[in-house]
Amino acid sequence: MNTLIILSAVGVLALFSEMLNFKKALGAIILLGLVGAFAADVMAWNTNRHYYNEMMVVDNFSVAFTGLLIVITFLWFIMSPDFFREPSSRIDHFALIIFALIGGQLMTSYNNMLMLFLGIEILSIPMFILAGSNKSDLKSNEAALKYFLMAAFATGFLLFGMALIYGATGSFQIQNITQFIKSQQGNIPVMLVAGILMMLVGLAFKVSAAPFHFWTPDVYTGSPTVITAFMSTVVKTAAFAGFFRLFSMCFESSSATWANTIWALSALTIIIGNVTAVYQTSFKRMLAYSSISHAGYMLMAILALNQYAQGSILFYATAYSISSITAFAVLLLVSHLAGNDSIESFNGLAKKNPLLAFATVLAMLSLAGIPPLAGFFAKYYIFTAALQQHYTGLVIIAVMGSLIGVYYYFRIIIALFKSENDDVVIPVNNTFKVFLVVTSVAALLLGIMPQLVAGIL
Amino acid sequence: MISLLIFFPLLAAVATMLVPQGAKNAKLVALTAAVLEFILSIAIVFQFNPAAGRQFTEDYWWVASLGISYKVGMDGISMLLVLLTTFLVPLIILSSFRHQYKNPSLFYSLILIMQSALVGVFVSLDGFLFYVFWELALIPIYLICLMWGGKDRVRITLKFFIYTLFGSLLMLVALIYLYLQTPGNHTFDINALYSLHLSASEQSWIFWAFFIAFAIKMPVFPFHTWQPDTYTDSPTPGTMLLSGIMLKMGIYGVIRWLLPMVPLGVHEWGTTAMILSVIGVVYASCIALVQKDFKRLIAYSSIAHVGLISAGIFSLTVQGFQGGMIQMLSHGINVVGMFFIADIIMSRMNTRTMSELGGIRNTAPVFATFFVIILLATVALPLTNGFIGEFLLINGIYQYSTWMAAVAGLTIILGAVYMLTAYQKISLGEKNKLTETFSDITTSEKLVLVPLVVMIFWIGIYPKPFLDIAEPSVKALLSVIHGAG
Repeated sequence: MNTLIILSAVGVLALFSEMLNFKKALGAIILLGLVGAFAADVMAWNTNRHYYNEMMVVDNFSVAFTGLLIVITFLWFIMSPDFFREPSSRIDHFALIIFALIGGQLMTSYNNMLMLFLGIEILSIPMFILAGSNKSDLKSNEAALKYFLMAAFATGFLLFGMALIYGATGSFQIQNITQFIKSQQGNIPVMLVAGILMMLVGLAFKVSAAPFHFWTPDVYTGSPTVITAFMSTVVKTAAFAGFFRLFSMCFESSSATWANTIWALSALTIIIGNVTAVYQTSFKRMLAYSSISHAGYMLMAILALNQYAQGSILFYATAYSISSITAFAVLLLVSHLAGNDSIESFNGLAKKNPLLAFATVLAMLSLAGIPPLAGFFAKYYIFTAALQQHYTGLVIIAVMGSLIGVYYYFRIIIALFKSENDDVVIPVNNTFKVFLVVTSVAALLLGIMPQLVAGIL
Repeated sequence: MISLLIFFPLLAAVATMLVPQGAKNAKLVALTAAVLEFILSIAIVFQFNPAAGRQFTEDYWWVASLGISYKVGMDGISMLLVLLTTFLVPLIILSSFRHQYKNPSLFYSLILIMQSALVGVFVSLDGFLFYVFWELALIPIYLICLMWGGKDRVRITLKFFIYTLFGSLLMLVALIYLYLQTPGNHTFDINALYSLHLSASEQSWIFWAFFIAFAIKMPVFPFHTWQPDTYTDSPTPGTMLLSGIMLKMGIYGVIRWLLPMVPLGVHEWGTTAMILSVIGVVYASCIALVQKDFKRLIAYSSIAHVGLISAGIFSLTVQGFQGGMIQMLSHGINVVGMFFIADIIMSRMNTRTMSELGGIRNTAPVFATFFVIILLATVALPLTNGFIGEFLLINGIYQYSTWMAAVAGLTIILGAVYMLTAYQKISLGEKNKLTETFSDITTSEKLVLVPLVVMIFWIGIYPKPFLDIAEPSVKALLSVIHGAG
């Protein structure tokens, strides 16, 4: 709860910083605020308190995911190139990011369908603006519009689903719905089933699961790279936290009605995400498809829903976010110099800047799921959880998917070591170096000691 | 003790990587580390008691809640392969001294990381740990081939990586499946995996999941298609690591994990595996006959030799196993020697095409002598190490099936044909304009070849110490397999 208050205060302060003339101190305020919010979040561990007439609940699941969101946002601020410079729109952007983070927190800790909806909207609206923040770029405008229309469409499904569920159960409250489903003893009314499936579609849009993924590549590519980095890490993690919470805590006992659908979504997402990524020539677009494929793997955890599932989806989100944000950070630097974000612009990076290359190799290996990096354990947890529930077929599809994944992630590694004639040295400032070292060490450390994260849930 | 053996090369790799760019001493640091590692392994041999079975065991929890432990230990089989690794790596490093690789600190540190992973594979007693080391070995060799390989390296190395990863992932799925079958709080402990008693049909698919993973690594026909290109296009130290040590990971995997874990599966499908191996022997030998490129010829001959080892192991006889053990050592020694010879020829003549060569014996007699010794060991002449291995292997296969032994025996004849033809083309005959300039070998080259030749004769004349190290473990393992089958 304190986390929410601190974050809101930081967001509002950021908005007022220009008026009250302390924008120079804004960077420090935001970082301090995030640290404070994180501390408040950690304090809430094991308290399990309910707020606002049961609208919100701060349990360990929400604490863990909120902590993750704050940490990634912190990393995002560190890597964001505007952070230490002062373009005019900087303040609005940062305030919007903080508000999006607040939305993300609501999505991890809602106890009522309405709060879920509010969380999604608070998260999404800043993202629409940010996606279009590069006003002079046509692609960025397109991304914003597309994102907005698609999200509105998805929200329509979501609300329709909620309304149907309300009609069937008479409540928006998670516990009441759960109790209603249990009391039906398997005879679940059609209206409820329709509601669940509607919500499933809406959330599948949000996490960009196939076949509801087609907005993702355009939006991810069109948005400014910094914003894409935020979308593919914080937004995605929050969406999955909300998704997982809904299906594990609310709809679990009706799993017979939706398990097959998620099975199919997951398989399709893994196949489409991975196969399409192979054909990309732009690194950014490839990362967009890779993020789709990772959504497919994470869906497997929602399908498995056993004692491993919570820890495994938290770990997956952590490993994926850390490696993705590293990849985007490198892309930011490289594309800035090369003027485009094609895979070729990575050619010869190993020579131009070994540290950048090293961080990229670790990030790619981790995303590809090669031991001993975090991404490997992430996949391992998910596969084990799924195999335990006897989803052998899906695991085999996922294994094939990660094999294809290796192909396109390794294209980047190959490009890094291509010999280039121009020996431009890419300058990297110290903050950025620290950022790269921290994320690389984290990817390795989590690969060796996964219990640090997976064990807490 | 074993942990030191695993992690010392890793630390040395970090030290090597820190050697500044452009400085020449990276290779010396790496060589020193590899030699120290060898001395350490020798020290372990002296404490090793073959009759005591598994020893030097270390067991700590890694991820306790998932039943993953850091459990390592050595029996005779592991001991021999660790020795092979620690013996070959310094030689491989030494053999690369003749070349100036760009970015040497990275190159040598990758070799050392590779060594660390290889030792880890051979001593792991936890399924998960085994898998991690198994995969870890793949990354350095991939980067070595990618960064220092030949012209077509990008395509070839990627094919190699994806091919082997495909096998590994199948193995991972099977391992997780086995893990979930263990009683109580699940565990990856090797003893628990040995005593699962699954149904025959479960064991059958697990057999295939493991077998394909190992067969790709070895490689056994028809999973070998990545191998000739990769061997040919890699830088020579990479080829040596791949053929000398890494393919033993596959055979070791069969011995340590596949056979004892799914004896019923082996009962069902062992014959098929043997037939594939034997087909590979003949098929690869026949292709080797028509090769023009010497390095490629060695690559195919390697497939033939490994096929024979695999067939001998699947015969599930003491002779077959012991032959497999000896032949793993011999093949490691011989193939590293052969690739080194090929590398010497390549670096002096700038060609590996055999028909362009000839008469090297006249210009470089010492070189030709080393060449002929290693070559004869490869074709299994008595008194060389190849003979002991192949004799035992064919003996083992014979006990299983006379026909297969007869077909597999062809490898000796065919091997003699293609190897001697190669020798004839390269070394004998009239020297031509090109080979006139062939200078005889240098001291540093001798430093590599002499230990190899010593080992060839030692194993060839008096293999007993090596057989003794492995024998109790081999018998114990076979009794596990036969007891369950």
